[in-house]
Amino acid sequence: MGCWKNNDRVAGILLVEDDPSVRTGLELALARQGHSVTSYATGEEALDHIRSRRPEIAVLDVMLPGIDGVEVCRRIRRMDQLPVILLTARGDDLDVVVGLEAGADDYVVKPVEPRVLDARIRAVLRRAESVSSDRVTFGDLVIDKGALKVSLAGHEIHLTPTELRLLLELVRHPGQVLNRRYLLRAVWDHTHAADSRLVDACVQRIRAKIEPVPAEPVFIHTVRGFGYRFSPP
Amino acid sequence: MKRVYTGLRGRLVIAFTVIAVTASALVAGIGYELVKNRVIERAEEVAVADVRETLQGTRVPIGALWPGDGPPTDLEISALQMSLRAQSRAVVVLYEDYLYPDGDFGLADVPADLRARAAGRMVTKRQEMRGGMWLVIGTPVWRVEPIHIAQPTGMSVFVFVPLVQEEQLLGGMRRPLATAGAIMLAIALAVALFSAQRVLLPVRRLGSAARALGAGHLDTRLPVRGQDELAELTATFNDTAAALERSVSELRALEAMSRRFVADVSHELRTPLTAMTAVTDMLSEEAERLPREPATAVRLVLREIERLRTLVEQLIEASRFDSGTAVLNLETVSVADAVHDCLEIRGWSEQVEVEVPAGLAFSVDPPRFDVILANLVGNALRHGEPPVVVTARTTAHGLEVKVRDHGGGIPPTDLPHVFNRFYKAGRRGDGSGLGLSIARSNAQLHGGTISVRPQRPGTLFTVWLPSAQTSARTSAQAPA
Repeated sequence: MGCWKNNDRVAGILLVEDDPSVRTGLELALARQGHSVTSYATGEEALDHIRSRRPEIAVLDVMLPGIDGVEVCRRIRRMDQLPVILLTARGDDLDVVVGLEAGADDYVVKPVEPRVLDARIRAVLRRAESVSSDRVTFGDLVIDKGALKVSLAGHEIHLTPTELRLLLELVRHPGQVLNRRYLLRAVWDHTHAADSRLVDACVQRIRAKIEPVPAEPVFIHTVRGFGYRFSPP
Repeated sequence: MKRVYTGLRGRLVIAFTVIAVTASALVAGIGYELVKNRVIERAEEVAVADVRETLQGTRVPIGALWPGDGPPTDLEISALQMSLRAQSRAVVVLYEDYLYPDGDFGLADVPADLRARAAGRMVTKRQEMRGGMWLVIGTPVWRVEPIHIAQPTGMSVFVFVPLVQEEQLLGGMRRPLATAGAIMLAIALAVALFSAQRVLLPVRRLGSAARALGAGHLDTRLPVRGQDELAELTATFNDTAAALERSVSELRALEAMSRRFVADVSHELRTPLTAMTAVTDMLSEEAERLPREPATAVRLVLREIERLRTLVEQLIEASRFDSGTAVLNLETVSVADAVHDCLEIRGWSEQVEVEVPAGLAFSVDPPRFDVILANLVGNALRHGEPPVVVTARTTAHGLEVKVRDHGGGIPPTDLPHVFNRFYKAGRRGDGSGLGLSIARSNAQLHGGTISVRPQRPGTLFTVWLPSAQTSARTSAQAPA
């Protein structure tokens, strides 16, 4: 470990966790990594303060009293592209799938080691950084790698940093099948066999935004059992 | 099972038929015999009466001659013969030393005993000859005339009365009797089959119901019809099935409850563990600065937190397999990459020899494959001796991964139990006791197996996973 040392970035983190001990523990651990943490016990409180605080990333517990973490994530997505990491108590399939569909960028299963959480946070944040200053066009689809903007037929499309990063990764290898493991490494910085549903959910979200008919994709094609291929029409 | 059915039916049919045939044969036979005797007696009576009457009216001068008598002429004897020879009878007359045969009937045809007895009185005998039944009447001829005292004459008459007509009559009776017998037999067979069916159908129904019950369909019940022994048996079956269903569902409920309890407890343990885990890094860094004794205490707590975490994770994973909520997400991966990742992330790369062909790709659920490997390799590193070797190759139907250590091996008595939960084979208790069980559940979810074999030295674990074509499961990920 220790790869983040090269990229010692400090982030403003919004933490939502109802259990006081867990909240305190995570606050301590994240603060020790150099982040500035603002924590709330409920989703409602967090949503009330999100505009004034302008955090760079949100870490949400899924099981919350009142509106749950998934719903908080959904509401954040409605407002902006703030990266979200879900803290799931169960890691059960439904939880994760629903969370990813709601637009979460990544998830960690409790009990999480602080260094793992930190690595995930940094990986998500890195995605928001620009890659190059190129500008590529595929028919109606225009991707500005410098400004990190995507537009379709002249209309700007809002992609989260993770979505953008995945799209850029696919675009970088047009016509080539990229397997989920590769994409997990390249986009999520996951160093071992992690959950490929992260990729699947993210592809679904990108398709919903850039494909004319998401069910019949023309940009990002599924290669069953292997991965995905970007081949513009 | 089937043989018992046919056997029972066969026995029933045979018994029924034997009884029916015996009864009808007895009735028909007795009837036939009675009719036969009556008919033949009647024919006999008629013939005997006829012969007696004819003989009484004879005027032929025979025996002691009376005044005016001449010895009987052949003509007179023939006339007597003629008068007796009505209705195709044959008459043989024996007078003193003279024999008057009739056609080809001679004295040879007269049974010896009849001839002896016929010396004194009229006797009859039924005799089979010349292809038919004959009645032979033998009688001495008495002379009454002219002095009205019956006197023996020394003449014997043997009348052969054919019983052809009577035989025809009886023959005509035999055919309807045989027909009636055949019909009787057919009816008996039909009734026997029908009643066998009636008896055996419920028996067969009971049999298949019992099989269904055995196959786990505990709600199997049979309709109870009538009040016979089979109905009673069916009712007993229903009661037994109901009792069985009750106790099995009670057991299942209990088992589900205890499983749910384990799952709930594990989940509940996660929250405090999360809080503790969050500060472990900080504590382990601080421990460096603490005096020796408190530092040891802190490290002990940290180590135990780690163990507790592993245990809770594995309990949750095991209860996921128990509740059947574990799902398989197949994806084609490079086996070599997967193995290297698994070792690297756990810092085992230096301690393990890997022999996996570089181009080997296989369809697995990557995290589950990782769990299987990590458990086997971790086990080998903890309990075995180096070198620990991981090899992989494809076989005709799937992927074979072998993990081999060169340690003291597992005692043969423990070997069959290593996949059981919490079976630690008397080793140091640093494993949770669930690892191998979870590894095997993961392999089974792929449709595969894990087996263990002792080596000299060490132990060999072999994972076999079927290829996607072989396994019936389909990839659940890959949205279109």
